[in-house]
Amino acid sequence: MRGDRGFPVRLRFTKRGKVRFISHRDVARAFERAFRIEALPLAFTQGFSPRPRVSFGLALSVGYESEAEYLDVELAHDLDVDALPATLSAALPEGIDVTGAVALADRAPALQESVTAVEYDVVVERDDGTVPTADDVRRTVDAALAAETLAATRRRKGRDVVEDVRPLVRAVDVVGPHEHGVRLHLELATQPSSIRPVEVVAALGGLAASRVLRTRQLIERGGARLEPLEADPRPRALEVRAS
Amino acid sequence: MPSLWPRIEPLLARVEKPARYIGMERGSLQPVHRHDQVSWLLVYPDTYEIGLPNQGLQILYELLNERADATAERSYAPWNDLESELRAAGLPLFSVDTHRAATDFDVLAFNLSAELVYTNLLNCLDLAAVPVRSERRRPEHPLVIAGGHCTYNPEPLADFVDAFVLGDGEEVVGEITEVLGAWKRSGRTARDGVLRELATIPGVYVPAMYDVEYDGQALVAVTPRFPDVPEHVEKRTIADLAEWPYPRNQLVPLVEVVHDRLNVELFRGCTRGCRFCQAGMITRPVRERPAEQVRTMVREGLRRTGYDEVALTSLSSADFSGIDGVVGDLVNDQDGCGNVGLSLPSLRVDAFTVDIASEIQKVRRTGLTFAPEAGTWRMRQVINKLIREEDLYRAVDGAYSQGWRRVKLYFLVGLPTEVDEDTLGIAHLARNVVEIGRAHTKQASCTVSVGGFVPKPHTPFQWFGQNGVAELGRKISLLRDDLKGSRAQVRWHDPAASFAEGIASRGDRRIGAVIERVWRAGGTFQEWSEHFDLSRWLDAMAAEGLDPDWYVTRHRHEDELLPWDHISAGLHRDFLWHDWQEALRAHGLPDCRWTPCYDCGVCTDYALEHVVASPVPPAGGSQGTGQDLDTGHVVPVELRARVREVTSAR
Repeated sequence: MRGDRGFPVRLRFTKRGKVRFISHRDVARAFERAFRIEALPLAFTQGFSPRPRVSFGLALSVGYESEAEYLDVELAHDLDVDALPATLSAALPEGIDVTGAVALADRAPALQESVTAVEYDVVVERDDGTVPTADDVRRTVDAALAAETLAATRRRKGRDVVEDVRPLVRAVDVVGPHEHGVRLHLELATQPSSIRPVEVVAALGGLAASRVLRTRQLIERGGARLEPLEADPRPRALEVRAS
Repeated sequence: MPSLWPRIEPLLARVEKPARYIGMERGSLQPVHRHDQVSWLLVYPDTYEIGLPNQGLQILYELLNERADATAERSYAPWNDLESELRAAGLPLFSVDTHRAATDFDVLAFNLSAELVYTNLLNCLDLAAVPVRSERRRPEHPLVIAGGHCTYNPEPLADFVDAFVLGDGEEVVGEITEVLGAWKRSGRTARDGVLRELATIPGVYVPAMYDVEYDGQALVAVTPRFPDVPEHVEKRTIADLAEWPYPRNQLVPLVEVVHDRLNVELFRGCTRGCRFCQAGMITRPVRERPAEQVRTMVREGLRRTGYDEVALTSLSSADFSGIDGVVGDLVNDQDGCGNVGLSLPSLRVDAFTVDIASEIQKVRRTGLTFAPEAGTWRMRQVINKLIREEDLYRAVDGAYSQGWRRVKLYFLVGLPTEVDEDTLGIAHLARNVVEIGRAHTKQASCTVSVGGFVPKPHTPFQWFGQNGVAELGRKISLLRDDLKGSRAQVRWHDPAASFAEGIASRGDRRIGAVIERVWRAGGTFQEWSEHFDLSRWLDAMAAEGLDPDWYVTRHRHEDELLPWDHISAGLHRDFLWHDWQEALRAHGLPDCRWTPCYDCGVCTDYALEHVVASPVPPAGGSQGTGQDLDTGHVVPVELRARVREVTSAR
């Protein structure tokens, strides 16, 4: 053991299908139960009411799907991380599949601070519910991004505020037609604050997003674009010493 | 018919808490329906968060799905937002398991745990495209069945429910399935035939098989229409809980619900004999689960669910034979999983109980709840909840000294023979409890939770005229004023809601039309204060020409025919009347588990026996076992001195 610190592990998982309607907090509880079902002991905080040391990255809105969610968790003792995806997926609800796991370096920066960009696939329609053509959408996107600013209405502390979100919008690519509208691929920055893809789509003008799938999260550091599982692995030497 | 999911899914983006409607609980099933099976939709007519944990519903879900001739799915009342969306989209009530339309099931079976959900039952039927009145249903409509504690007075719902099931459902659901299976095979002919056959199953009450006569306001006769229909319908009771280790696969919801933990039932029934308590009266005799089975169910349940908390449930968990041994073993056998919390709902008020609670709540010690129910010894003798003041003070002293900061006390107001001295006695107890707590910690607090008493059928208080809205309100104000400025906080239940509950609790068949009017006027989710409005109930009573006070606040006579007299929980009417008279004389009655039988009727008539492992009452047992009841009224005068004495003794 390492005092009261556990062995940090970073997991990547999906949230697809019906389970997309559960909240961030519900996902956290499902993971806590999955660890207990599989008898994978978590490290707990000290104090009056001990909590497992679990931290999530950027919250995913209720109703969005994702192929790239991350979770940092501290285990009470070291184990074979390669076995974690299959073991945990079996104990998690359908639609939540663990697709990767790495042993994390001690004191690795938290997901919340280190993730700088997020990519989404969204399906858009016109805000009156009709289906636009891909060319219509392309023209709208090009015009919106050519302007110096992009004014978006955002919900902040229960109030609607209008802000320029152009600096947060890295890219909007029109992928092509979809049975319910037109598919877009978005890359959005998450720092200094993150923005919801529906807010970006609404700001483009006359469009509304109906389906949202988060496809990737990125940690940009020293010019490199890193997958969060690759960003802060536990050094091998330490792994040997710990086992 | 395929799943409705593709049509429901887009609606969920627009409603609050969409995860209520997705199912997917660990332990849930995706039954494949075959035509030669009887398909049950088990409906809890309140929100998912309230209904999902219901153990009765989960037990039947498992038992029915284990049968080759049945399938079962679940449904919960959709909140108003989804209801509007469903109606606008022309979609019916659906199951959460495979999102199948309610109309595709052979049976809609409702769990009735509280009277104020009655309007939701009508709403669920309507949303399921089933005519709300039984007489309007045709052979192709599902059969509407109801079970649960409220069915002990089925009459207010007699117009809407085809068949009521009384008592334990484990065995009778199989018998009903067999009758319905034969009905399906014979081509689902007229409903009358199958209803008459159901009426011959013990424990099943089919209201359409009975004629009801009135003389003016008074009910004068309830008569079977056919010779093979029983005059009295007796409840069903499973004799041995050990044969029914269910639920084996307790459902683990993805969203937070009430009682969100593993629940293992210690025993059914209670013979403490609290006279206001319908649950204790109608679930007799006491049937304990073997301690070894409890241990196994806890161990396997925790491993399978991943829960970090288990509750050992019953009507009075500290009464379970050898409870301290079971608790000790569970606390020490944590299999390296660590940090598993244990909770015991419905605790007795005594120091022994606090010791157990302290043993099990080492991990998380938030609040401790006791239910003295009444403020004076005289009042507690009337209701037969024989807790001496000393018992309460010892218990709370134990709690505060062992680290609890918050103690919650439950009381009823509007009890028979209650005078203001009794009501103010609640304030007196609360103040002393706070003072005891302050000797241990400056942060000591006490919450006093007050409910208005609603008399229930099959209890000694079934003849008592309930306090009206104004009187309950006056008593609550009296208490609040008296505790103003103290460190005791008062919370209370809306007296108007207690009044509506009173209409439904002891109503007869004429109340059915009232329930229908309340529902048609938009009165769903009546348990939710934001949806409740007594004027809907009073308007409906007026429209039906019924006098609310005749139903609610009137004392009943000994020879009056009560609307539920043809329904039997095994309790002799003579016993109940005698106990009511004893209550009026403030005479207590001991617990028959450990004292001679006083012949309430249940064991003798049903040839059953208490299944209790210990021949002696539990250590420190309050409530009429083991204490000197002559000292019940004695108030320890030197409160602070006593506290120090008790503390230093530890």
